[in-house]
Parts: sequence; C-alpha cells; structure tokens
Amino acid sequence: MDGLINLLALVLIGFIVWWFWLARSQGVQAKQEAIDVIVDGGVYTPAIIEVSRGHTVVLNFIRRDASPCAERVIFAELGVSAELPLAGSKQVALKLDDEGEFEFTCQMGMYRGKLIVK
Amino acid sequence: MNKANVIKLSVGGMSCAGCVAAVEDSLKAVAGVEQASVNFVEHTADVTGSMTAASLIDAVVAAGYEAAELKGTDEETDEKQAAELIYYRQLLKKAVVAAVVGAPLFLMGLLGAMPAMSGGGRLFWFFVAVLSLFVLIYSGGRFFSGAWKSFRNHNANMDTLIALGTGTAWIYSVLIVLVPTLVPEQAQHVYFEAAVIIIALINLGSALEMRARGKTSEAIKRLIGLQPKTARVVRNGQEVDVPIEQVGLDETLRLRPGEKIAVDGVVIEGHSSVDEAMLTGEPMPVAKQVGDELAAGTINKSGTVLFRATRIGKDTALARIIEMVRQAQNSKPAIGRLADRIAALFVPTVLIIAVLTFLAWFNFGPEPRVAYVLVTTMTVLIIACPCALGLATPISIMVGVGKAAEYGVLIRNGEALQRAGQLTTVVLDKTGTVTEGRPAVTELVALDGDQQRLLQLAASLEAGSEHPLAEAIIAAARERHLELQLVQNFSAIAGHGVQGEVNGQRLLLGNEKLMSEQQVDVSTGLDQAQRLAGQAQTPVFVAVDGVYLGIIAVADPIKVDSKLAIERLQRAGLKVVMLTGDNRATAEAVARQVGVDEVLAEVLPGDKSDKVAELQSRGEVVAMVGDGINDAPALARADVGFAIGSGTDVAIESADITLMRGSLHGVVDAIEISKAAVRNIKQNLFGAFIYNSLGIPVAAGLLFPFTGLLLNPVIAGAAMAMSSLTVVSNANRLRWFEPKGKR
Repeated sequence: MDGLINLLALVLIGFIVWWFWLARSQGVQAKQEAIDVIVDGGVYTPAIIEVSRGHTVVLNFIRRDASPCAERVIFAELGVSAELPLAGSKQVALKLDDEGEFEFTCQMGMYRGKLIVK
Repeated sequence: MNKANVIKLSVGGMSCAGCVAAVEDSLKAVAGVEQASVNFVEHTADVTGSMTAASLIDAVVAAGYEAAELKGTDEETDEKQAAELIYYRQLLKKAVVAAVVGAPLFLMGLLGAMPAMSGGGRLFWFFVAVLSLFVLIYSGGRFFSGAWKSFRNHNANMDTLIALGTGTAWIYSVLIVLVPTLVPEQAQHVYFEAAVIIIALINLGSALEMRARGKTSEAIKRLIGLQPKTARVVRNGQEVDVPIEQVGLDETLRLRPGEKIAVDGVVIEGHSSVDEAMLTGEPMPVAKQVGDELAAGTINKSGTVLFRATRIGKDTALARIIEMVRQAQNSKPAIGRLADRIAALFVPTVLIIAVLTFLAWFNFGPEPRVAYVLVTTMTVLIIACPCALGLATPISIMVGVGKAAEYGVLIRNGEALQRAGQLTTVVLDKTGTVTEGRPAVTELVALDGDQQRLLQLAASLEAGSEHPLAEAIIAAARERHLELQLVQNFSAIAGHGVQGEVNGQRLLLGNEKLMSEQQVDVSTGLDQAQRLAGQAQTPVFVAVDGVYLGIIAVADPIKVDSKLAIERLQRAGLKVVMLTGDNRATAEAVARQVGVDEVLAEVLPGDKSDKVAELQSRGEVVAMVGDGINDAPALARADVGFAIGSGTDVAIESADITLMRGSLHGVVDAIEISKAAVRNIKQNLFGAFIYNSLGIPVAAGLLFPFTGLLLNPVIAGAAMAMSSLTVVSNANRLRWFEPKGKR
C-alpha cells in the first residue's frame, strides 16, 4: 500500500511537470486582423495566439474578471501595455515585424499568454 | 459659425478594410455629419458635425456593426472606481461570511471544546461540513473556478494553491466525518475551520490590498482631476457653457480669472498670468499674451482672455501626459525580470514541493502520519505567495512614476527609472539647458565705428539661419529698425558660422576658427574677443569680402536656479559636465559661474553623441540633458536622455525622461525619485523572496525535527494574506517621498 502511494506521488510530480511545463495547449491562429481575448478566472482565452510576421494584429481584450490583478495586460518585450476596463473591452494593436515568442501577462505575471509570430 | 462637435465611437465587428468603408458610409449618411473617419487598427471612428452620439450608434448598428461612445478619461475613471468599490464590498462581505462561520469553530478548537467524532458530535460535524461547503462555494468559489480554468489552460496561479489547500482540507475532513475509522483515532481531527478561515483571511487581504492599490494610482487620478468638465464657448456671438466633449477644434473660448483651462489653445485676445504648476512643477505663474499657448488643466490667475482651441480631447498636452504616465507605470525594468521568470515557474514548483512534503512526512513522519501529512502539505500550498513576488516591481514603478509626474518629470518607462538611479555623470548642454536659450546682442564692436552697418549686414545674412544666435542678431536689428537686405548664395557651415552674399558683397559670419580657415585676418579684434568671452559673452566675427569688419557679442543669460541645481547634483555624488559648441573662453566663463566639474567646449553638433560615448567608455553611466531636438542623437546615446521641455510641450520622443519645466532641478528630482523607487523595489523583492524561501520550508515542517513545532495552516493563511498587502503598503511609502535639497 505504502509503495503504491509513493508511486502515485511520483507520478503526480511527473504529471505536474508534463502538464504545466511540457504540454502546450493549442494556439489560436489569428487569421483575421482582429481576435477577441477573454480575461476571466485567472486566464486569457485563448492564451496562445499565432500571428503572421509583418501584419498588424488587433487583440480585443474583453475583461470579465473583477479582480484587480486582471486590470492590466503587459507585453513586456514589446513595451506595450493597456488598462482593461471591467465588463468592457480594449483593443491593443500590434505590428509584429520580428519572428519569435512574446509573452503577455498581468502585472503580477499570474495571467499569462503568448504571441507566437511566424 | 459651425458647431464642430466631435464624437469618438468604439466600433465592433469590423473584420476587413471593406467594413471600414461600410461603417464610414453609414456614419456619413447621418444628418448633420460633416466628416467621419474610421480607424481600423483602433476600431474607432471620429465623427465631426452637429449630431448626437445616439444617432451615430443607431446608424452603425443598422449597418450590421456594434458601436459605443468613447468618453473622456474622467468618466472612464469614475466607472472604474465604481466597479472597484462594488468588488471591494463583495470581497469584504465574503470575508465576513467566512469569518462568522470559521471564528467560532476556531475558538472552540483553541478552548478544546470540539465535539467528539461520535454520536451527537458526528451530527454536529455533518452540519459543519455542509455549512463550510456553503462558505467555500460562496466566499471561495472564485478560487476554485479560477484554478480549474487555469488548469485547463496548462496554467497554475494563486487560485490553484488556495483551491488545492482548502479543498484538500475540506475533503479530508468530510472523509473523517463519514468514515472515522479510515485513520487512527488520534488522527481523527477535522480542518473545516482552517479551510474557512483561510478563505476569510485571503478575501480580507485582497480587499485591503485593493484599497492600498487604489492609492498607488493617485498621481494619475490627480492629473485626470485637472480636466474641467465644462468650457465657455463663444458661438454666434454668444458665450455658452458646454460640456468639454462638445468643444470643437478652432472654436473660440472665453477664459475668466480663476478658471481652469478646458482645452489646449492659443490666446487671441487679452492677457493674463497662468498657474502651470500642476503640469510643470513650476511655482511661478507664467505671463500669457496674444499668440501664447495655453494648456488644458492649468489655471488662469488674473486676466480675462479669448483663446482658440488648438488641441482637444485626447490630443491635449494633459491627456498625452496622462497617457504617457499610464504607459510608463505599466512597464517593467530589468530588475523585475528575474522575479517575472520565477513567478512563471513558481506555482508548479510549489505544487511539486507540496508533493515532496507529502512523501517526506508519509515515509518518515511520526504517527499519526496522515494528520501530519495533511497539515504540512496544506500549509505549504497556503503559505506560498506568488503575488507578492509578481507585485514587488510594478507596484513601486507605479508609485515612483506617478511621484515624478507630480514634480513635472515624465519618465518614459521603468527601464529609464531604474537607470536614472545608477547615473555617475550628468552632461548638460549649455544653450537652453544651463542658460535660458534666449541669447541677446550685448555689444557691437565695429572696426570702422559704423555699428549700424555691422548689425544690418550681419542680420541680413542671418535671416536665412535657424541658429539661436541668429535670432538674437535679427532681433537686435529689428529693435533698431534696421532694414534687412536680400541674401543670396546662403550656406551654413555647421558649428562654425554662415556665409552668403548681400548687395554683391561676400559676407562671412562666425567664430575665430571659421575666420582663420577662410584666411580672414582678425588679429585686431582678438583682444576684444577674449575680453567678451571672459565675461561669458560669445564673440561673433563678421567679415566682408575677406576683410574683418567687427564683432557682435551675444550673451545667453544663465537660468537663475542652474547653479543651485548643479550643486544638488554634485551633492548627490554626480560629476557634472557642460557640453557646448561655443568657444572655450565663453564656455569656461559660464562654467565658472555655475560651478560644473568639467567643460567640453567647441564641440560640433554631430560630435555631441561621440563625447557622450567617450565618457561611457571611461566607465561612467551618463545622463545627457538637452533640448530634445538638436541634441536627439546625444540623448539617444546616453544611458538616460533628459529632454528639457518648454512649458507643457511633451512631444519629445528621443528622451527617456522629459522635464516639463526648464529648471535643472528636475534632473536631480528625477534621479532622487528613481533611487528611492529602485530602493523600494529591492526591499519588496527581498521581502517577497525571503518570505517565500523561509515560509515554504517552515510550512513543510523543516523545524519539526529540531523544535517539534509545525506551522498552523491558519497562520499560514494570515501570512499569505499579509504578504502582498505588505508589498503594496511599502510601495505606498514612496508617495511621501520628497527630493532633498533646497529647490
């Protein structure tokens, strides 16, 4: 019995590593120039957005979470940030000329999303 | 006169450029619309004309899109404050409900009055299980739903930790109530009160943190509060008070004594003095007459004037300052990057530590193992606080940037704020930075005694130049009512002077170097030139057809507070260097008066950035202070570029920091505020790191083998709730910061 519990705990550690770090959720490809991002319950939905290089993409952040953590979105590497009105939306227009991955987060870094420019 | 009403709409549902045309057409079809333009990138439309917002929204909706009116910044803030107040009350209510259930149970536990897990006691615990489930759903529901949503997105956050900690405690307790024999008798302890009180404490902590965070954005609120709500507009010869959003471009506005200025404009009639302290930090009122610019948010002191609106809505200097401060407040400096990287890995790492804690107590812990396993694992989950770590940097940046704005210092981003605290050398451009930048002719030395001709020829030639010295010479000629003559073949020789032809004569005007290069013998004027330069006046040589004609002395008065500000810089341990294209003798005369440590004179405009680079190569961290236009390359090269603005001009792109008033005190203020903010960030980061790196091992029971003590999960919940509150409160201390030294 003890051995089984030990084994289960080790499997759980493996699962945590795999689920939170190794397994990537499917991104949403921004085929249009504009895409809605819902800010609610501690996550951006979609959290991974693929866009094409050289295009201007408009992310329309719709904030449903009243928690103050959700009130700002920051694209630290791009030097862009926006205040998100509660129960409203805010457009962030980005022209992405370089390929790469650019994270967007809340002020505390708990809400996390990623723009993948290809 | 047209009533130029401008309405800005947010337009939704546009997916292609074709939609832009469709929306524009629908707007233009509305009666009264003169102009409509749709911005696809921003999803907004600007409409000018005499119409209502409702008619425009109807038209856009009829065309198959969505629209809403975008209002001024103060309304946005009112809405935000109202929403925050509602949320604050909700959090308090949830905290109180949880505390009402949890506190009696907690007290019973402390007094040893808990009913046993048998007979009527079990019934009591059934009731408590249901009641605490209700509390977990009502007061803690957001943690559970947040944790689940995060999990589905392969993300973990604070909600995950709280939900797992309290959820495990509740499930374990329910199992004990349902099947007490599952664990040995001494482990038959339930943790309903811990789960409920932790939820109460975290809700209370969030509410208090929210209050404290509200104070961190006071600087922005103060700026927004400067915007008046109405303006007195002159329409059809009548003066009417209208809401500020209805003021159109080029409209004429009446400004009476004591009134706040509604929009940016230019005085067209009357004169007055205006208090601009709220934007520039400049305490003295500024005189305004016809042709002078007025800035929204500043206060008219004495006179009554008419002015024409030149910038309205989000284009006013005030609105742009607000936007710039907001952007800067949301940016992150390098110092916070490590915390960011750790925050990203933090929660899954804590989950792993929790499992390892479980394994350690399960395999090596004393009996009742299961109780120890539960308490330690739950405490690890509860005590870990990623929020304090994530908040440490941005919250101090927010307060620091806001504080700087109060002193008329606009910091572009967190990076600039951090670097400004590390400076070792400050390079000051002379003209317009140390001096007023308004040179005037102080003496005319004509070899043939004809001062009028000397000035007339020089002014005619300088009419083609944009150099500040040229302005002084032309102004002097105008004062003497001298007629300027036509100049031909004009050319400027950068950093040296100008040349051209007037009345068929070849004129040369500039410094001694230019004269010797052009083989003009100025030996007869050198004594005079040296005397003038020694008095901090710039001697400008004039030659006609290769023959020396005389000297025009131009002096630029030193700003009254430059000397004091330079002393403050030196007291702060900084080396002060003055950089100028002026001749060495004049530069040194100015340097003596203001007391700088080093003078770099006769530097050509293009070489200024090389001089900055030279100082950097000596290991100095260099700030360059200049006017932001002529000095753009040097500002960009410097570690921190300071642009000295004139009044409320904030359109200075090349600078890291913009000083809205001309005084050099702004440089010292910015540096001192930066140092204080960086110190504050370090305290916050240190506190958050120490909290987590001590708290988690203690929660895991590291002290137990030595002291027999374990951390109570309720205490862990209180510590967690306090940790982010402490970070926010520490950042709030910056609000009371005042720069040192007499200003």
